[in-house]
Amino acid sequence: MTVDVALALERLAVRLGGAGARLETAQRLSGGASMETWAFAVDGPQGREDLILRRRAAPFDPETARSVTLATEAALIRATGANGALAPTVRHVCDEADGLGEAYVMGRVEGEALGRRIVGDPRFDAVRGDLARQCGAALAPIHRTPPPHGLNLKVSDAEGELTRYEEVYRASGAERPILELSFQYLRRHLPDPDPPVLLHGDFRNGNIMFDPQKGVAAILDWELSHVGDPAEDLGWICVNSWRFGRPDRPVGGFGDYADLLDGYRAAGGRPVALSRVRFWQMLGSLRWGVMCLMMYRSWADGADRSVERPMIGRRVSETEADLVVLLEEGL
Amino acid sequence: MITHPKTEELAQAVAAWIDEIRPGLDPRNAFLARVAVNILGVIGRELTLGPAAEGRAVDGMAGVLGHDGDFAALNAELCARLRTGELGVDTPGLLAALKMMAADQLAIDQPNYRPEGG
Repeated sequence: MTVDVALALERLAVRLGGAGARLETAQRLSGGASMETWAFAVDGPQGREDLILRRRAAPFDPETARSVTLATEAALIRATGANGALAPTVRHVCDEADGLGEAYVMGRVEGEALGRRIVGDPRFDAVRGDLARQCGAALAPIHRTPPPHGLNLKVSDAEGELTRYEEVYRASGAERPILELSFQYLRRHLPDPDPPVLLHGDFRNGNIMFDPQKGVAAILDWELSHVGDPAEDLGWICVNSWRFGRPDRPVGGFGDYADLLDGYRAAGGRPVALSRVRFWQMLGSLRWGVMCLMMYRSWADGADRSVERPMIGRRVSETEADLVVLLEEGL
Repeated sequence: MITHPKTEELAQAVAAWIDEIRPGLDPRNAFLARVAVNILGVIGRELTLGPAAEGRAVDGMAGVLGHDGDFAALNAELCARLRTGELGVDTPGLLAALKMMAADQLAIDQPNYRPEGG
């Protein structure tokens, strides 16, 4: 289904801003192939409002998709936000009348989300040293939020995640010795189960809006949210693929493990051992490697012929280079 | 076979042209054009670095497995024996061989990526 988003936003502007409201600007921000993000503004009787539209561009398949629906995403943002998490404000969940398909509208949060800029831009020099602690603190209220009823979030632990990604890897037909060794090694080093909590599921540098003065401004991109081991979120932000050229700073390319874990504990999170975070970090690199293989497969199968898909397939080797070092260091 | 222009030079020429027109594209297409340029870079590096990298991988895997073979056969056997757990992190020479293979592949795919521990 091809949707003229700009046209639909003109109608939506009236619905959001009231009679006489006008669409001021509408621009698609660059980024994902399956999910579109649009920045737009509505100027109406109540004044100007800067907003973000998130809409699914490709058909959603609940059977195979890892992600939740956008309506679920909006519900999670509302629930965690009400519990003190730094989530954006959901302004409107789109319905059929909007003609935008699966989509919702949120208030625009000022700041920077591009990982490379957080890591390297001098504008963040003053606040960068505090970001790892803030990221730990930002996770605590999310993990404390009871999973909202009726959302049917997936529940998984370390063993379940390993099994799932190994199945996907096997189905891909790829033969990659480092991924094989990583599956074997992680299976032999499974952590004891921890009581499961609500997870963001994609908590990494690139999905967090940072303010150059204050630091963490909002946690974005909730589509992979599920219920599981709290160390999963803590480990994912430590995966080297999200350090943007600063492997010496394990948390997002800007901070250290100790600050992340201190921030988490100080904000009321249950204490988590570093070894547990490192397990999930390693599983995270493996997961990203398998996801890269999947994205190549979606191109090879003809499901998504975008030029970025096969290129992401060549990012498997970055995870292999990281995994082999983690295997040398050992858990 | 012709000797000029080399295949990697053809890829280079296309990449340079895409870079030229990129500033005039809308944000989405500018992003995809940058991806296309990166792909042409991979093609160029695989053409120049690939043969030697494959040779080193074959030697590395043959050393771990204890016999010769071509790349596909050695790679398949290595994967199978890792899967069963017959080989593991304690297998002499395994991690060193895998690290060398990963570094060679990364030099083709993303030479600017700085791996863990780097």
